[in-house]
Amino acid sequence: MFEAILLTVITASTPLVIAALGELVTERAGVLNLGVEGMMIMGAVCAFAAAQLTGSPYIGILAGIVGGGLFSLLFGFLTLTLVANQVATGLALTILGLGLSGQLGEAFVGRPGIKLQPVVIPLLSDIPFFGRVLFSQDLIFYLSVALVIGINWFLFKSRAGLKIRAIGDNHASAHALGIDVIRTRYLAVMFGGACAGLAGAQLSLVYTPQWVENMSAGRGWIALALVVFASWRPWRVLAGGYLFGAVGIGQLHAQILAQNLGIVIPSQFLSALPYAATIVVLIIISHNRRTTLINTPASLGKPFVPDR
Amino acid sequence: MRVELEKRVRVSTLFSILSPLLALVLTLVFGAVMFWLLGKEPLNALYVYFVEPLLEVWSLHELAIKAAPLILIAVGLAICYRSNNWNIGAEGQFTIGAITGSILPVMYPEWHSPAILPLMLIMGMLGGALYAGIPALLKTRFNTNEILTSLMLVYIAQLYLDWLVRGPWRDPQGYNFPQTKSFQVEAVLPEILSSGRAHWAFVFAIVAAAALWFMMRFMLKGFEVSVLGQSERAGRFAGFSARRMVWFSMLLSGALAGLAGISEVSGSIGHVQPVISPGYGFTAIIVAFLGRLNPLGIIASGLVLALTYLGGEAAQLSIGISDKVSRVFQGLLLFFVLSCDTLIHYRIRLIFAGAKSAEIEA
Repeated sequence: MFEAILLTVITASTPLVIAALGELVTERAGVLNLGVEGMMIMGAVCAFAAAQLTGSPYIGILAGIVGGGLFSLLFGFLTLTLVANQVATGLALTILGLGLSGQLGEAFVGRPGIKLQPVVIPLLSDIPFFGRVLFSQDLIFYLSVALVIGINWFLFKSRAGLKIRAIGDNHASAHALGIDVIRTRYLAVMFGGACAGLAGAQLSLVYTPQWVENMSAGRGWIALALVVFASWRPWRVLAGGYLFGAVGIGQLHAQILAQNLGIVIPSQFLSALPYAATIVVLIIISHNRRTTLINTPASLGKPFVPDR
Repeated sequence: MRVELEKRVRVSTLFSILSPLLALVLTLVFGAVMFWLLGKEPLNALYVYFVEPLLEVWSLHELAIKAAPLILIAVGLAICYRSNNWNIGAEGQFTIGAITGSILPVMYPEWHSPAILPLMLIMGMLGGALYAGIPALLKTRFNTNEILTSLMLVYIAQLYLDWLVRGPWRDPQGYNFPQTKSFQVEAVLPEILSSGRAHWAFVFAIVAAAALWFMMRFMLKGFEVSVLGQSERAGRFAGFSARRMVWFSMLLSGALAGLAGISEVSGSIGHVQPVISPGYGFTAIIVAFLGRLNPLGIIASGLVLALTYLGGEAAQLSIGISDKVSRVFQGLLLFFVLSCDTLIHYRIRLIFAGAKSAEIEA
């Protein structure tokens, strides 16, 4: 029982972790992309369509990544090249993504999906309990863990990561040092888009292998909250992602439990829990103005036009 | 090829007016391409979409019905955005306004008094304002990002509405349909003209837009909104309080969204049901930007976006295009609006390889 719950928690948390990691890199470069929800749903529809057309969920994953990445370019062009308002453009990306995915996915509604099968790692998967929970998962789960480790290393140990953080904290100084701010930000935005696309692919290939309109159901927004929760640190994204995933799954089990015990709790109240929890978590994290100020990339959301 | 921006010495008045129109034209061109890709005759599709709904009296009424909530919500949002408060949860405030406004007709269906309608409208505004007060409180007291909290509250409001109409508010004689009893006649927002369905919400919308235009143009409060939005620091020197502005703009936009909610339920639907809005609260964000955050501009842009809803329905019926195309149109429109707005503050130069520069925009 416990093992089964843990497995569903992992499946529910993985897309949150991946999407939040991508947004973390974008925001570390000083760009606030509120379009995660839109990029995620585009990734979901691209992944589902590609898997249907080719029969291979792995091509689906690739399509999700490419779809999310390309879609984020739209945001990049507007906010970086045309210095449009980042908040408004992010919203536009979400609105367009939800509409476009509904249009693209229309042909696939009701089709049985292709589920991404687990990759069982030999030997390690024989460890009792942990073997089944951690080493008999699908590729996207392994990728999510690799991303946490990789991004943590990249941001804090590599030269390129240092440049990204410098740009995020003070784009004018970074520009004066000869770092190409716009180019780096483009890459960071695309990385965020690719991650959101991968998270979407997880939704339509693993979590609920089918195409349903608006199937991201606010997870992109929760991922955005997760970045704030994690104070822009990859390991905390992992922890927070599992916390949020557990709340989401916990409420499902609570519904079943309550039903079995004959207690009447309206399902809507439990369904609202993840959203309410997000608000509570944001309050706890943000209430100290000083720590928030220290953690937030200082140039976040500010437009940059290189002067010549 | 590279794109370079050069800051204009002063804001271009020409492009301030031209940019929304340019965005509309670009959206139409893209729309034509999209219809062509879907295998439809592009010009005919555009005609069905954007012209036909304007040719008949009843559909003009429908246009006013759809434009009313969009304008009401968008003028409130414009004040928020101008003052740098990012309320994106208008859909939730709309929903809660509809609920609190409906308390009287649902609880007291036998109460036949002309006082009921004004009370409903006031309660709807209060409900919407209180619900927008939550992100305002969290922002001022706990420094919480209002974008995320106001959006999360949308989901919560929708689930609450769903529970209400399936549970305590369900009409016992309603054959198990998840909806309340139909409102009594006194609780229904009357029509403006005898020629069609358009009701008083449209008048409210025009009045709200005119009032807020007046405020922004001629009143100190309007100046306060712009100053604090452009620079909180400058506002502080002028003695304005950013904290109070959070409350003012959020409560105002919440109240207007709430008014839109109760007007929609009372005037257009006549009872409460699980889904009461085709995303008005989100589309209003587009309306606000297309109207360049100017209340009068928003009247025009509200009508344009209302047309995309109507055109979507018409196109679905007559040429079999999915109604999802409307959402795509709306998203594209916002993109083009935001990119065209760049022209107001910047000159755009295209730099080709070989250091030859060509200026495309004067």
